[in-house]
Amino acid sequence: MLLNRILAPESKQVDEINFIEPLKQKLDNGIPVFTINAGQQELVRIEFIFENVNWDPSKPLQAIAVSHLINNGTTQLTAKEIADKVDYYGAFLQTEYGADQLAVKLYTLNKHLASVLPIMRSILNESIFPEQELAIFIQNQKQSLQVNLQKNDFLARRQFANALFGDTTYGSNIEASDYEALKRADLVAYFKAAYKPENCTIFVAGKFEQTEFGTLNDNIGQQWDNNSAAVVNKFSFTDHPVGDIFVERPDAIQSAIRMGALGISRTHKDFPGFQVLNCLLGGYFGSRLMANIREDKGYTYGIGSAVVSLKDAGYFFIATEVGADVCADALNEIEKEVSILKTEPIEKEELSLVRNYMLGSMLGSLENAFSHADKFKNVYFSGLDYSYYTNYIHTVKTITSAELAALANQYLNTERFAKVVVGKK
Amino acid sequence: MVNFNRFTLANGLRVLVHEDDTTPMAVLNILYDVGARDEEKDKTGFAHLFEHLMFGGSVNIPSYDEPLQRVGGENNAFTSNDITNYYITLPAVNLETAFWLESDRMLSLAFSEKSLETQRNVVCEEFKQRYLNQPYGDVWLKLRPLAYQTHPYQWATIGQDLKQIEDAKMEDVKAFFKKHYNPQNAIMVVGGNVKTSEVKALAEKWFAPIPAGDKYHRNLPQEPKQTEARSETVKADVPLNAIYMAFKMPARKNSEYQTYDLLSDVLSQGQSSRLYNSLLKEQQLFSDIHAYITSSIDEGLFVVEGKLVQGVTVEAAEAAIWAELDKIATEEVTVEEITKVKNKSESIMVFAEMSLLDKAMNLAYYELLGDAADLNTEINKYLSVTPQRILEAAKTTFVKEQCSTLYYLTAQDAS
Repeated sequence: MLLNRILAPESKQVDEINFIEPLKQKLDNGIPVFTINAGQQELVRIEFIFENVNWDPSKPLQAIAVSHLINNGTTQLTAKEIADKVDYYGAFLQTEYGADQLAVKLYTLNKHLASVLPIMRSILNESIFPEQELAIFIQNQKQSLQVNLQKNDFLARRQFANALFGDTTYGSNIEASDYEALKRADLVAYFKAAYKPENCTIFVAGKFEQTEFGTLNDNIGQQWDNNSAAVVNKFSFTDHPVGDIFVERPDAIQSAIRMGALGISRTHKDFPGFQVLNCLLGGYFGSRLMANIREDKGYTYGIGSAVVSLKDAGYFFIATEVGADVCADALNEIEKEVSILKTEPIEKEELSLVRNYMLGSMLGSLENAFSHADKFKNVYFSGLDYSYYTNYIHTVKTITSAELAALANQYLNTERFAKVVVGKK
Repeated sequence: MVNFNRFTLANGLRVLVHEDDTTPMAVLNILYDVGARDEEKDKTGFAHLFEHLMFGGSVNIPSYDEPLQRVGGENNAFTSNDITNYYITLPAVNLETAFWLESDRMLSLAFSEKSLETQRNVVCEEFKQRYLNQPYGDVWLKLRPLAYQTHPYQWATIGQDLKQIEDAKMEDVKAFFKKHYNPQNAIMVVGGNVKTSEVKALAEKWFAPIPAGDKYHRNLPQEPKQTEARSETVKADVPLNAIYMAFKMPARKNSEYQTYDLLSDVLSQGQSSRLYNSLLKEQQLFSDIHAYITSSIDEGLFVVEGKLVQGVTVEAAEAAIWAELDKIATEEVTVEEITKVKNKSESIMVFAEMSLLDKAMNLAYYELLGDAADLNTEINKYLSVTPQRILEAAKTTFVKEQCSTLYYLTAQDAS
């Protein structure tokens, strides 16, 4: 029988997506521990997550600096000793600053867990933020900022965030002078307020049985030293028209474009539907923006859009870097694509493709214990539960063209967008 | 431990299967044994441009991406100086769609003029975005020709300049396809929730009918031994002075390759490493400093690069790097240091087994190097490295006459 290469093989829509829900336990000091005990490899990831607190717009780098320097010296260990020990056991220690939360993440093989947890305890309780380390941090971060300020996409990101969120953790425009103003006392104060059990949640993913939980409790579960008062950050934003922001860079051979507006976050009923709309517009390789601006016009290496859910806000943006000579035309084409979403019905074929793509992508994003834990964190920090995903999957399978057009009309008002261009217009 | 089964089709296509029933997904990874090193000197950037064209439709299927996305799949590819690697992830129940798409573009492309024209533009924009419109973005466009004078590693995968990409012709595209994109030059790995018998049947059905084509016999000009120090100074609109030093090191298959990898780890992996502590923290000469290897299949590079703290002279910074290199070339690393970098290597390998795609790509790459089974014994090569071997590697390598140094200076410092 001759092989028919023209006809696609039969295929199935993904119908079963299984989420692994975590086991909830508590350490003796009350810290909640959510565990996804799964996987074949003898390893574990333990994330210590702290809410960002006590926002002071005059000290925008307080939390960032603490997050960066928390593993740079404790009452027991120097920065070098911490690094030596962590590396000696083949472990990885990462500190992460986010606008809503700070994280200290430990990746280790199980056989070294008992050896590395005491280091974690020291970091979380006894960090001292040595003056010398702070001075090096300031000097090197200022240099890194200088380099970033020459990148169009960096400038576009920060202009955009500031236009939407002003002087909050979401939008603060960091300058070199903010680094120079950093004081050790402010870091210590922030550390004492934020890194304490009542502000901490632990997420564990990997091979993690009760023995390992016991080891965690022995090291992290007793009284901690920090106990300063703290108010968890809370922001509110009102949607406001922003308009054009242009930063000219005369030598640019490409221009960075970033446009968008405040929108909805994960807790809003329209969020799953808005994700479908976003996917169609700019959320995957075959999206309308990619098809038009990259694959048809060849104006860019890549263009995409995204919906972002933060604790106190949600926003939507479109971002790309395009040839400086075609920037104006690219802007027009972007507006045109958004406008088409509002006025023209979506063909059944395209919508079914997006549905299948999103379901496959959801299935593929549940690859291992780490990704199951990440899925849980998404809903946990939005105050939701797994019914969010049930609803998401249902929405992806059933949302109609008319409903998507309604969402486009409600949330994609380009006349109110912040439209940032860095480079040449 | 990454298990696999292996068979070869009559047309020469090598197939490996990694069964992993803990995931509902499948991966289909195809590695073509062609990279930028196989390009002609006046047609550089072609392997990478060609990678883009592989998504422009094949002989029987007008769109590559669309049918894949329709069944919940995703794909991407990358080109290096050595290889071109394409991969698909999709729900395992739809595995056959991946076979259909990949086999048709191995059979023949559509060779559409529109696709060529668009992808020439897209690649030119990629060139600008990554290499020209970024501070320090063109470093590798300068460092490669300084370090390699004969071997085709002297150009980057993106190509030597925009002009050569703009000039790409359809006849070149067709010739390149014929020469490199046939079953004999490819290795396919199928992994995930699949069975070897099922993969065998699908491979026979979709790939076996593809003609074997001609075998490509690589015969690249070899780089003569470097006998004098080389340097070049670039001045640009950047805020900080930077130094890049490149030394030749053994090819990926050389028995000392792992020694060099550990040597770079002692110098530069993590905050406990030597360069970070000595040059960034103690002497505060650099605001960032790194040493790494290119892991090339032919003779590769051992690179040390750093950005200088403002006010530090280039001479002082360079001398301080050399002092660290001289030290590691004259005194054995300590037992703690070597244990540390070995433990780290072991961790990295275990963590890499968390990702199905990483496992599939690694199997394909090790099969290209000679035998996929070596992936599972690679760690032993690291564990058997001794301080003496690291010393010997450093001594052989960190020699001024074999160093190519690029000074990348701010406009005012260069005058």
